[in-house]
Amino acid sequence: MTALMPRRLATLRVAPLHPVAWWVWAVLLAAAAARITNPICLGLILAVDGWVVVARRPQSTWARSFSTLLRLGAFVVVIRVVFQALFGLRTPGHTLFTIPSVALPSWLAGVSLGGPVTADALAGAACQGLRLAAILGCVGAANALVSPFRLLRCVPAALYEVAVAVTVAVSFTPQVITSLGQVRDARRLRGRSVSGVAGVRGLAVPVLEGALERSLALAASMDSRGFGRRAVSVGRQRLASAATLAGLLGLAVGVYGVLDSGAPSALGLPVIAVGAVLVLAGLVAASYGGRSRYRPDRWSGREWFTVAVGAAALATVVVVGRNNAASLTMPIYPLSLPAVPLVAVAGILVAALPSIVAPVPVDRTPR
Amino acid sequence: MISFEDVSVTYPDEERPALDHVDLKIGEGELALVIGPTGAGKSTLLRSVNGLVPHFSGGRLTGRVLVEGRSTADHRPRDLADVVGFVGQDPDASFVADIVEDELAYGMENLGLGAATMRRRVEDVLDILNLHPLRQRTITTLSGGQRQRVAIGAVLTAAPRLLVLDEPTSSLDPISAEEVLAALSRLVHDQGVTILVAEHRLERIVHAADVIVYVPASGAGVRSGPPAEILAHSAVAPPIVRLAQLAGWDPVPLSVRDARRVAPGLRSRLSDRPPDDDRPGPGGPALATVRRLSARYGRLLALEDVDLALGAGEVTAVMGRNGAGKSTLLRYLVGLRAPQQGTVTVADRQPSSLRPAQAARIVGLVPQDPASLLGADTVGAECADADHDADLPAGATRATLERLMPELSDDIHPRDLSEGQRLALALAIVLAPAPPLILLDEPTRGLDYTAKARLTALLRTLAAEGHAIVIATHDVELVAEAADRVVVLADGELISDGPTRDVVCHSPGLAPQVARILAPAPWLTVAEVASALPTAGPVGDRSHV
Repeated sequence: MTALMPRRLATLRVAPLHPVAWWVWAVLLAAAAARITNPICLGLILAVDGWVVVARRPQSTWARSFSTLLRLGAFVVVIRVVFQALFGLRTPGHTLFTIPSVALPSWLAGVSLGGPVTADALAGAACQGLRLAAILGCVGAANALVSPFRLLRCVPAALYEVAVAVTVAVSFTPQVITSLGQVRDARRLRGRSVSGVAGVRGLAVPVLEGALERSLALAASMDSRGFGRRAVSVGRQRLASAATLAGLLGLAVGVYGVLDSGAPSALGLPVIAVGAVLVLAGLVAASYGGRSRYRPDRWSGREWFTVAVGAAALATVVVVGRNNAASLTMPIYPLSLPAVPLVAVAGILVAALPSIVAPVPVDRTPR
Repeated sequence: MISFEDVSVTYPDEERPALDHVDLKIGEGELALVIGPTGAGKSTLLRSVNGLVPHFSGGRLTGRVLVEGRSTADHRPRDLADVVGFVGQDPDASFVADIVEDELAYGMENLGLGAATMRRRVEDVLDILNLHPLRQRTITTLSGGQRQRVAIGAVLTAAPRLLVLDEPTSSLDPISAEEVLAALSRLVHDQGVTILVAEHRLERIVHAADVIVYVPASGAGVRSGPPAEILAHSAVAPPIVRLAQLAGWDPVPLSVRDARRVAPGLRSRLSDRPPDDDRPGPGGPALATVRRLSARYGRLLALEDVDLALGAGEVTAVMGRNGAGKSTLLRYLVGLRAPQQGTVTVADRQPSSLRPAQAARIVGLVPQDPASLLGADTVGAECADADHDADLPAGATRATLERLMPELSDDIHPRDLSEGQRLALALAIVLAPAPPLILLDEPTRGLDYTAKARLTALLRTLAAEGHAIVIATHDVELVAEAADRVVVLADGELISDGPTRDVVCHSPGLAPQVARILAPAPWLTVAEVASALPTAGPVGDRSHV
C-alpha cells in the first residue's frame, strides 16, 4: 500500500498554487531586496529564489527563464562595476589602480572620466548591481514558477481581448525561433553562407512568412472554436474595457500620489477611490460577457501562507531598516565586512517555505 | 447532416474555381473520407463546411452549404463552433493554451458553458481519446500522435455533431496513426459523431470509411458513394484495391481481414514462386559511414552508439516512431550538426567541417518541409539562385529540374506549386551539385499516389546511377516500393538493419498491405505479384504513370 501511494497520488490532479500568489510573493521579496545593499542578505534572497524555483517549477519552456534572468543579473553587476571604474564619482579610499583621466567641459561637472579607482567604490557599485540582480532574480523566479498562460487566465474578463493578444504574442516568440532555425538550416543545405549581412537579409523574409502562416492557422483554429462569439454587445464590451483600463491607470496614479510626499494631495486617496470604482464597474459590465471559465484558480490557505511569508520577509527588512539601517547596507567608508542582521536574515529564510508548502507541479512526476 | 447545393468557390485573383458546382450530401453518423489528387480542392471542401471558406479565407462562394440546417452564408465559423469541430492540417499551429486540460476547455469557455458541464465533458473527452494520463502535461512535451489527439479533443469538448479533419495522420508513424484512427472510429461507433476526413494514405483509413467523396483534379465533378464502388474506378487507390483488381476480386475488399478471406486462391497460385528478388543486396563500396555516433538534446538521448555504412547505388529507408532519432541522424549525415561523440564520414570528408558550398557537393538533404528550401519569387529565379549558391554553371539546376518534372514553367511562384511539384523543385536544387549521397526526410507527406509513384521511379533511377539514397519515412508503402534496405531506430538505438523484405514483412507496424494479405509469403508490392502471375490479366498498376 505504501509503495503504491506515491504513484496513485501522482495521477491525481493537484491544484497548482494560484499564479497571483507566486507573483505577490516574488514582488514582496523584490521589494525587500530593493531596500538592501548588504551582500549577505541579497545573496540569501537569490538563494531563496533559486531554492524555491528548483523545488517547484513546472516542466514548461518558461521554467528556464530563471537562469536567463540570473545571467542578466550577473551582466548588470559587471556593467555597474565597469561604469563605476570609468565614470564613477571619485571618492577617497584604497586606490587599486588609476585610469588616465580626461578633462570634461564644465557643463558636464557631475561626470568624471578616469582617475583613481578605489576598492571601496567598486565594492559599493558591485553591491548596488547585486541589488538589481536580486530583484531580477525575483522576477525570474515568478516567471519560472508560473507560465504566462496561467497568469493570463487570471486577467479580468474586461481585459480578455488584451490578454488573448498577449497570449498569441507570447506563443509567437518560440515559433519565430523555431522557424529561424529551419531557415538557417535550409540556407546551409543550399550551400549558401549563413553569416554576414546577406545571410541576415535572406533570413528575415522566410522567417516572417513562416511565422505569419502559423499565426493565420492559429486564428483559423480560434475562430473555429468560437473565439469572439458572445452574447454581450461590442459597444458594451468596449466600454467595459475602457473603464477597467482607465480605472487601473487611476489606481497607479493614486498609489504614486500616496507614496510620493512631494505630489499634490489631491492625487492621493481620491484618485485611488475613483480608480477602484471604475475597475469595479468595468468588471461588472464585462462579467456578462458570455464566456465562462474552466477551473478558475482558487485562493486558499496555501496562497495566504505564500503571500504571508513574502510579507514577513519585507516586514522584517523594513523593521530592521527603521531600527538599525546601517546593518542592511554595505559599509564602504571605510570598507569593512557587512553586518549580519539576524532578524532580517530570519525573515528572508522564512520566505523559502513555499518550497515545501506549495504543491509539486503534476507534470514533474516521472512519466 | 451536411449538404452542398451547387457550390462553387473561387479564391480572389484566381480565374479557375477551386470547387466547381459541387452537390453533396453526408448523412448523420457517417465516416466520410475525402480523397483526390493533391491540389484538387479537398481542403477547400473541408474548410467550407464550417464557413472558414469564405468567411476566413476570402473569395467567393456561390450556392449553399447547410450544416444541421444552418447556412454558412449567415453563420460565421465561430457561430458553428458548437456544431462543427474543425481540426486543421498542423495541430501545433492550433494550440492556444500550454497545458492539455486548459486546451481542451478553451472552446467551451468561448461558448460560455457552465462549470459543471465543462468538468464533465473534459473528463469524457479525456476518456474517449485516452488522454487521461496526459491531462496536466505541457503540450510541447507530447509526441506527434498525442498532440493530434489533443487537437481533436480540443474541438470535441464543444460536443459537435460533426468533426472535420484535414489529413490527421500525415505526419504520424504507423502506430500513432492507428491510435488516432481508433479514436475516430470509436467516435463514430459509440458517440454517433459524423466525421468528414481528408487523407492521402488511404491504406490507413479506407477500411473504416462508410462513404468516399472523390474530388477530381479540376475540382469539378465531385462525387460520393460506397468506398468499394468509388475506388474501383478512381485514379487514387491503395495497394489493396490494386491487388483486388489484379486478382479479379469482386466486390473489392477494403480491409486486410476481408482481403485475407478471399485471398487463399491467390496465395496458392503464388505458392510455388517465391518473390523474385530483383533488388541488389548491400550495394557498392561504402560511401558514407557513421561510427559509434551518440547525440543528445539537453538531457534527452537522441542517438546512441549508431553504426551505419551506406553503399553507392543503395536506397536505405530509416524507420521508427515519431521522435526515434531519424531526423537527427539525417542532420548529422548532412553536417547540420557536428558529432560530439562518434564520427560521420561522407566521401572521406566530415560534412560538418566543410563550407556550405563544399558540403552541398558531397551530400544533399531535402528537409521535411521542402518549401523551407525555397525563397525566390519564381521557379526560374529559384533555379538561378541555386546555381549561384553552389557555384554551378548557369542552367545546371534548371537542367536537373527538366529531368524530374519537365512541365514546370519558369514563371510560376513556388507557393503556387502542388506538393509534388514543390518536392521536385527542392530535389532539383539539392541534386544539381551532384552529391553522391542524397537524404530525404519524410518526402511523401501530402503526396498522392501518382506523385508517390513518380518519386519511387526517380529514386530507383538515381540509385541506378550510383547515388546512395537515405529516406527517413513513416510511409510503409513507399518503403516497400522503393527501398533496398531498412534501418529501424527506436529511442535513438539502431535495432534492426537488413534487406527490406526481411525487416518489414513480418513486423506488425511496418508491413505493407500486400505483405499482410499474402503472409506468410514475403510479397511486398502489387507489381511484384503481377510479374509473378503466369497470366497477368489487366494489371491494375495504374500508379506507375
